[in-house]
Amino acid sequence: MQAETLSGGFANPAVQSAHAFRSVMEAMARPGTLQDIAGAEPPAPLSKAAGSVLLTLCDTDTPVYLAGDADCDAVRAWLAFHTGAPLTGPSHCMFAVGTWEALNPLSVYPVGTSEYPDRSATLIVECEALTQSGATLSGPGIKTNAALSLPSVQAFQQNRALFPLGLDFILTSGSQLAALPRTTEVS
Amino acid sequence: MTDQDYNFAYLDEQTKRMIRRAILKGLAIPGYQVPFASREMPMPYGWGTGGVQVSAAVLTPEDTFKVIDQGADDTTNAVSIRSFFQRTAGVTTTTKTSDASVIQTRHRIPEEALTEDQILVYQVPIPEPLRFLEPRESETRKMHSLEEYGLMHVKLYEDISRHGHIATSYAYPVKVEGRYVMDPSPIPKFDNPKLGDMAAIQLFGAGREQRIYALPPYTQVVSLDFEDHPFEASKADHPCGLCGAEESYLDEVIVDDAGGRMFVCSDTDYCDARQAAGYKGKDAA
Ligand SMILES: [Zn+2]
Repeated sequence: MQAETLSGGFANPAVQSAHAFRSVMEAMARPGTLQDIAGAEPPAPLSKAAGSVLLTLCDTDTPVYLAGDADCDAVRAWLAFHTGAPLTGPSHCMFAVGTWEALNPLSVYPVGTSEYPDRSATLIVECEALTQSGATLSGPGIKTNAALSLPSVQAFQQNRALFPLGLDFILTSGSQLAALPRTTEVS
Repeated sequence: MTDQDYNFAYLDEQTKRMIRRAILKGLAIPGYQVPFASREMPMPYGWGTGGVQVSAAVLTPEDTFKVIDQGADDTTNAVSIRSFFQRTAGVTTTTKTSDASVIQTRHRIPEEALTEDQILVYQVPIPEPLRFLEPRESETRKMHSLEEYGLMHVKLYEDISRHGHIATSYAYPVKVEGRYVMDPSPIPKFDNPKLGDMAAIQLFGAGREQRIYALPPYTQVVSLDFEDHPFEASKADHPCGLCGAEESYLDEVIVDDAGGRMFVCSDTDYCDARQAAGYKGKDAA
């Protein structure tokens, strides 16, 4: 087993995951805001933010899909060692991680059922950069309007149209994240 | 210092992850009840184990934590929950609304407007607003999925024909973002208008019924009503006997053996702060 596999987890899991969760929760509750998140040192190509989200939310109960370059030996071993999350394809995952290109097409992920719309995937989208510019956001969590650099407008509009079904997104870059729940109107 | 016999905030990490995932889905689907596997807590169900589990999943050691029980910080229930998290999560506790970053509440929303830096956690006894119309969970789930809320309106309208007004005064149902009908927990309907467009995050935990739901900040929340009988956020028509407040929600309390009564703010922090600022009601000493 490589040293990289064993290292890079939370040194103090209870407290670090509590902080990391608050960042994720604030992001999901306030779409368009950028949150700092830290704690994990995952192997490339994962960002620290994506690694921290995975350590905070994933375990043996959450099938994970590694998309594209994220599906490499180093990430597989690291995720298995630190979370025990089973790997799966996109159609059965609770979480997926990768670049926007690698994660697409979105039509293959579970969007929940009309009685259980919560049984839907959360996609962790690795981005080159995150800025509060670009697409205009409105909806729950947003007082009037917000702006966020998004990899697409149309894809999020289509996802919004599925409400209350739909996918939820966590956008990560370096040590920052933002989120886009299914409720957000994008233009 | 936290007590070393417990994990941080009492719950094990796997349980907190499960609750955290449920909270995120709750925020993504406002007003929808997310099932979760509730854990035994070292307190009886009536003490808000759902709220306690949500608080445990949300708190960090840097938080300042407040607990209110029908507006009061000093009931046995509120004191126990506060000291529980002081011991297990090492949080600072407070009774001052404006100093708190996380507030757990039973049956009230503080009078003071909450801010974007705050989280309000509700203890919920019965999360299902359709329960009294339909006892079967499989049926209420179907009703929510089909937006079959007509019976709910019929029930409220029966109130009107029987009493001349809508008699429901607590746990008054609301519709969230035009989609899910939600039980706001047994807050007085006076508090209903504060649910919508609130700056703080609102999280609801029902322990016995194993449900978590949420309202993100600035979410549209509308109390169900009728054109000819619009919703009214009523309260006792008196000022507070201690601080003279005209706009706060009041409790009627018995003050002496002779059965003397007075009306006082149910939010004790609000009332204390007003009295400290020099406001005086007619019954103030
Ligand atoms: Zn008062």
